[in-house]
Amino acid sequence: MLFSVLIFQKTMNEVIFLAELKRTPLFPVYEKYGAKTVDFGGWEMAVQFSGIKNEHEAVRTKVGLFDVSHMGETIVDGEDAAEFLQYMLTNNIKNAEPGKALYTAMCYEDGGTVDDLLVYQLEKEKYMLVLNAANIEKDLEWLRRHVTKNVSITDISEDTALLAVQGPRAETVLQKVTDASLAEIMPFRFAAGASVGEAENIIISRTGYTGEDGFELYCPAGEAIRCWETIMEAGESEGILPCGLGARDTLRFEAKLPLYGQELSADITPLEAGIGFCVKLKQEDDFIGKEALKTQKEAGLKRKLVGIEMVDKAIPRPGYRVQDDDGAEIGWVTTGTHSPTLKTNVGLALLNIEWTNQGQAVEVDVRGKAKRAKVAAVPFYKREK
Amino acid sequence: MSVPDELLYSEEHEWVKKEDGRLRVGVTDFAQSELGDIVFVELPEVGDELEAGEPFGSVESVKTVSELYAPVTGKVVEINEDLDDSPEFVNESPYEKAWMIVVEPSNENELDDLMSPAQYSDMVSDD
Repeated sequence: MLFSVLIFQKTMNEVIFLAELKRTPLFPVYEKYGAKTVDFGGWEMAVQFSGIKNEHEAVRTKVGLFDVSHMGETIVDGEDAAEFLQYMLTNNIKNAEPGKALYTAMCYEDGGTVDDLLVYQLEKEKYMLVLNAANIEKDLEWLRRHVTKNVSITDISEDTALLAVQGPRAETVLQKVTDASLAEIMPFRFAAGASVGEAENIIISRTGYTGEDGFELYCPAGEAIRCWETIMEAGESEGILPCGLGARDTLRFEAKLPLYGQELSADITPLEAGIGFCVKLKQEDDFIGKEALKTQKEAGLKRKLVGIEMVDKAIPRPGYRVQDDDGAEIGWVTTGTHSPTLKTNVGLALLNIEWTNQGQAVEVDVRGKAKRAKVAAVPFYKREK
Repeated sequence: MSVPDELLYSEEHEWVKKEDGRLRVGVTDFAQSELGDIVFVELPEVGDELEAGEPFGSVESVKTVSELYAPVTGKVVEINEDLDDSPEFVNESPYEKAWMIVVEPSNENELDDLMSPAQYSDMVSDD
């Protein structure tokens, strides 16, 4: 879900100023593990530790540990909390229950996307929303503008750290140090009040943003370092690597998990971005954007998100224009890179609908040069179950 | 970080090696370490004319695109085609296997504008 534009065009001399950026509770451990940091939406975050390719591969084959504490957490509770969220979000909140998390979009009236998020039902009338770091203020403003009686909204982002343990060996590693019974936590389920080593009061959910099995751990900010070190130690024999946002982006990209600001935005609806599975148009209850999305679906999408693979030697990058062979614009690249798993140059692109059939030849404007590409099957990577 | 004594350096982090009137060019160890895993190198063609300070190609890592700037004016007489299949040479061997182009300079005086190893070391330690 979360990541803004990390690809930046720069000369080798560009100096990145890191003054006055926000830091997560885990910032003090970055240096010890050799992190390179970048300004990520106002946060000084680790973009990599040992190297993006290395970290990417560790998560695909073993296990990696991420600090994603920049994400926002907000509690929505009260007698009418369920009803309020049902109106604000596109998924059917009635499908949640205590112990279950739902992925959903939040839309504007016109169907454009405010954010994509996870909703955890903590108790009967208490939910936790997990928001994209760059969207926290905007989301809170949007929620508060619509809030009804008997609902309260409390931002707990500052008090909450978020660690992600991801990869085929995530369960093995985490089970060594937690009292929660991980095998019993199914995907999109969670256990609250768990311990990790001496760190306590942690929510462990079987979720992630990498296309691999794994867990996300919401822990009190003061426990974050203890929690991190405990997992690093437990994972040493399994080849655990600390991972940065660079690998997180290539991992989520290969699995076709959208990133707000690239695949999703105020101008892109969840239907266009290919996450229609979390837009419940058939439910009886109304939600913001429902009419517009229904109309869009009935009329047929005019553009949609597809995969592209380069035919010529070049790497498609976010924002590069996609065109027909006469040079007319037919869409743009939302994310693109050299895929560490496939070792090919691939991208996601939002294209006009008549250009979206698999195998369709298109061109990408790579810094002024037209390079051939074709529409390719996505996701680029799917885990074997 | 390695800054070999026998080379000259540009402000844009290229190294230049004098070879019988021709110049071999690549990017420095500092540059590769800043850029991270290199996955693509785009070079000019043999015969292309370069102008000092103008872009002649690019180096791409997983997350970044960086232009390469010609350290001198001249004509490209050789390019390293191995980098097509093995861009990781830039990380593994920036001064040997990852040489990028050989240039026939049209104005030897431009070499005076390049930095000595000591000057380059100073510059990158300030960064």
